[in-house]
Amino acid sequence: MSSVGRVARALPTMMRVGISEAIAYRAEMLVWVLATTMPFIMLVMWTAVAQGAPVVGHSGREYGGGAFTAYFLSVFIVRQLVSSWAGWEMNWEVKQGTLAMRLLRPIHPIISYAVANLAALPMRLVVTAPVLVIMVAVGATHQLPTDWRVWGLWALSMLGGWAITFLANIAMGSLSLLMESSTKVMDVWLACFFVFSGYLFPMDLFPPGLRAVANWLPFRFQIGLPVELMTGTHDVSAALVLVAQQWAWVAAFLVLALSVWNAGVKRFQAFGG
Amino acid sequence: MIEVRGLKKHYRVHRRAPGLAAAVKSLFRRQYDLVKAVDGIDFHIKPGERVGFLGPNGAGKTTTLKVLAGLLYPSEGEVRVDGHLPQKREVGFLKKIMLVMGQKQQLLWDLPPSETFELNRAIYEVPRADFTRRLAELTELLQLGDVVSKPTRQLSLGERMKCELAAALVHGPKVLFLDEPTIGLDVSMQVAMREFIRRYNEQTGATLILTSHYMDDVAALCPRVIVIDKGRLSYDGALAELVHRVRPEKRVVFRLSAPVTLEQLAPLGKVVRLDAGEVVLQVSSDSVNTTVSRALSTLPIVDLTVENPPLEEVMSELFGKTRAEREAAA
Repeated sequence: MSSVGRVARALPTMMRVGISEAIAYRAEMLVWVLATTMPFIMLVMWTAVAQGAPVVGHSGREYGGGAFTAYFLSVFIVRQLVSSWAGWEMNWEVKQGTLAMRLLRPIHPIISYAVANLAALPMRLVVTAPVLVIMVAVGATHQLPTDWRVWGLWALSMLGGWAITFLANIAMGSLSLLMESSTKVMDVWLACFFVFSGYLFPMDLFPPGLRAVANWLPFRFQIGLPVELMTGTHDVSAALVLVAQQWAWVAAFLVLALSVWNAGVKRFQAFGG
Repeated sequence: MIEVRGLKKHYRVHRRAPGLAAAVKSLFRRQYDLVKAVDGIDFHIKPGERVGFLGPNGAGKTTTLKVLAGLLYPSEGEVRVDGHLPQKREVGFLKKIMLVMGQKQQLLWDLPPSETFELNRAIYEVPRADFTRRLAELTELLQLGDVVSKPTRQLSLGERMKCELAAALVHGPKVLFLDEPTIGLDVSMQVAMREFIRRYNEQTGATLILTSHYMDDVAALCPRVIVIDKGRLSYDGALAELVHRVRPEKRVVFRLSAPVTLEQLAPLGKVVRLDAGEVVLQVSSDSVNTTVSRALSTLPIVDLTVENPPLEEVMSELFGKTRAEREAAA
């Protein structure tokens, strides 16, 4: 009996229970929705900046009110769908000692964290649906790509964005097994994410030096790339190269997450929890 | 079923004096203590046995259970549970065991316990028919009723603990590790839990290891006890034999029709308690008959019983004694 088959059989129930759990956190969900409204604030701010004259990016692209609307509404949608909070959950469980209960189950804890995160997607789609409606209503969809191949790559980039976010969370969460708490590391990661991911402003508006640095960091591939694909910034060949780069990051984070997890669990087994 | 040979579990623990200066100093130079949580224990448990782990706080009971459940890696020695090395945490092993910790929960907090049962059914791959039958049995034995359909956060501690047990048993584990399963429960709930655990063992033949600070749990469930103190095994055998070894005396309880004085009781034995209508004497096992016949001829006795000393007292004396012996040896 292969472990893949075993997980596949358990998956529907795990997803169903995960969705029920995501729905049960009603009050928390409201707070979470309020906490993710930063793209709307940035939209208002950048639209005001663009009122006098369009803001020109380093690619030569002009950002008027319409372009910023399309960009930040896309940022909101992408952020909702690629989020992960596994690292915070792991820190909590290590502190409470409840990670032991997860380790006792005959399913890899990383899989159960992944399922819990993915199970929240339907609720997140409910939140993103009105934003999609707004995009159509304000005419911000004219920038959406018309080439289906770009949409295919966009879907791949969304999966890649989620995978990087999730695996980075697992790597940082696993650090809590080695250093008691890794929430400060996560705070630093989050600060870098806000600056370098395209969450607060399009990467195109970065000064060239900073842009070069950002291109070598993983954060852009979490939010920036899917948003750029969604707003028609890249043609198919450029998109293909960027998505390949993104998946190279996914592979790197997979190795990192598994290494830190294995080291963390070994230490947990050696010292107790 | 369970084989433990020369098991040791040692930790290095960071030690720091209180205060800011010590905190800053510890950033650069750390001092460590070696904690010998388990320090070389051996035992063997047969299939279907019910064994109690006894010991004071920090004795190494929970550490041993965690090693047996595969959560901790032994520093030295060998442990096998039904042929498996627990620390490998193989799927086959995890499906055979369950560790229930009274202070940790696996139930999903915002969902009814029935959802956790269903999740465990899927994860442990329990066939639907077996699951339905077992859950019906558990519901009846534990008298769960409609408790399983209320969100866990709305359940009382007792209801939650019963559901924790049910969640732990949905896959029918062959080996059950119970760490303080009745902690915080009221007396009637403790009795119900003990009864359930005993019946589960009798019906399924599961092997059961229990740690508890409530001696009534141990007395009701475990014919055999393993006493651990400071990581070392200090006794392995029948509970009755342990009690006899530590406290060979018996307690004789007399109910009286009239008050008596200490002077009247002193020649009969050690007076443990003297109330208006009742007196409790402690006498050696050999002299119970003599004491009883002398008391019957000298005291206004209505009724009498002969009892073992309370297990709590026996344990406290045992742990006090081993500590004193160690200190004397040092």
